[in-house]
Amino acid sequence: MESLRQRARLLRQVRAFFDRRGVLEVNTPLLSRWGIPDPAIPSIPAEAGDGRRWLHTSPEFPMKRLLASGSGDIYQICPVFRDGEQGRWHNPEFTLLEWYRLGMEEQALAMEVCELVAELAREAEGPLANLESEPAVISYREAYRRHAGVDPFEDETGAIAEAAIRVTGTGGPLDWGRNDWLDLLGSLKVYPALGHGRPAVVTEFPADQAALARVHPGSPPTAARFEVVLGGVEIANGFHELSDPEEQLRRFRVETEERQGQGLPPVPWDPQLISALEAGLPDCAGVALGLDRLIALVLGCDGIGPVTAFPWDRA
Amino acid sequence: MATYSTNEFKGGLKIMLDGEPYNILENEFVKPGKGQAFNRVKVRNLKTGRVIDRTFKSGESVEAADVFEMDMQYLYTDGEFYYFMVPDTFEQHQASPAAMGETAKWIREQDVCKVTLYQGDPLSVEPPPFTELKIVETDPGVRGDTSGGGGKPATLETGAVVRVPLFIDEGEVIKVDTRKGEYVSRVKD
Repeated sequence: MESLRQRARLLRQVRAFFDRRGVLEVNTPLLSRWGIPDPAIPSIPAEAGDGRRWLHTSPEFPMKRLLASGSGDIYQICPVFRDGEQGRWHNPEFTLLEWYRLGMEEQALAMEVCELVAELAREAEGPLANLESEPAVISYREAYRRHAGVDPFEDETGAIAEAAIRVTGTGGPLDWGRNDWLDLLGSLKVYPALGHGRPAVVTEFPADQAALARVHPGSPPTAARFEVVLGGVEIANGFHELSDPEEQLRRFRVETEERQGQGLPPVPWDPQLISALEAGLPDCAGVALGLDRLIALVLGCDGIGPVTAFPWDRA
Repeated sequence: MATYSTNEFKGGLKIMLDGEPYNILENEFVKPGKGQAFNRVKVRNLKTGRVIDRTFKSGESVEAADVFEMDMQYLYTDGEFYYFMVPDTFEQHQASPAAMGETAKWIREQDVCKVTLYQGDPLSVEPPPFTELKIVETDPGVRGDTSGGGGKPATLETGAVVRVPLFIDEGEVIKVDTRKGEYVSRVKD
């Protein structure tokens, strides 16, 4: 009960943080006719009287529709749902804090995330009370080189698989793809080494992990995407938002094909997002932060269980 | 053929890996922010007892192992095999010395044991966690010494040897913790 009181206090602090910066709190629907086709994000369907809907996995698309209709800077605190994601740092229903800042690029937004993190850490008066807000910025490539001994852009898939198998004892079948091995290494070796003493900001992701970010041209091209890591746990993911409707449509189609290829049930992509991008999304950066995780970390909990009133198995 | 999805993984689930039955000891879900999720499990081979780590992509399925546990009554041994009976059905099973392991030295006829069956045959047998056994051989008791310090070896009616306090005498019945192989208390008639 004490951690729930602390949680309530920190939620007030989050709202005060955005209030001071003139960011507007909004609420968008939890249940939508459209979902997200990304095969790595499993949606939960719900049967309404007038047809199937999807519990949102993030409020990103409707928030972008608000931005396109002139909302200005906005934030939202809401439950989101991802099927099957259950573990020490995962619950299929969890609390997301998502916000968008006009005219900002991803680096500036990453700094704002770290300011919020440091402010909550101070307020919580827990083990991270003296956390530096100035993050350690590291590129995705350098993080993998330093903490897993592989070059995620240059090394052969076989070499990355070998490194992952060394770390995990036994790996999976050798028909796993390059990104599977990179994800496994990241989860077990790279991320746990980051974000100690100060938050870490990971930048310059491979272009094929862009998700909803713009891509910086270059050799190799990199995604305008960042992640914030605290105490070895990924807490936030942000983008300089993709605003090109054709590119967005292309990515939806690629993801839909990937889903089919993996034998996953289809999830219809949101045509209203494409219309909003066509109407014009203002230049902006956005970020989604796992609020349960951040609160657990600043309170010194070893998982999100203590700050979740009733976890999935008891919900 | 029954299968389990990684979503159903939890401690105690019995699965087949490389044609061998395993018991899941620990299941950990890991996932990068965006990308592939994994289940890392620690599993024990039910035949050899060896513990290994495995990593699955979340959403994968594995074959369920035809393994279940049931309480059975110990009947007798013919010197090689050990015979057990399901009390409700009178169905009998024969356990090999390998399946018995150390269990034989703790049980008497009619004791109820937990038998793990794999494809219908006993794979392992666990004795009751606590049992009461008579001492058949030990040094004479030292009257009045209830300090519990030191102790002496005592041979039980089933053949097991445990350390008992000095005041215990031959012919007495004691309560034993079979998991630790330790004396718990004296049993008064």
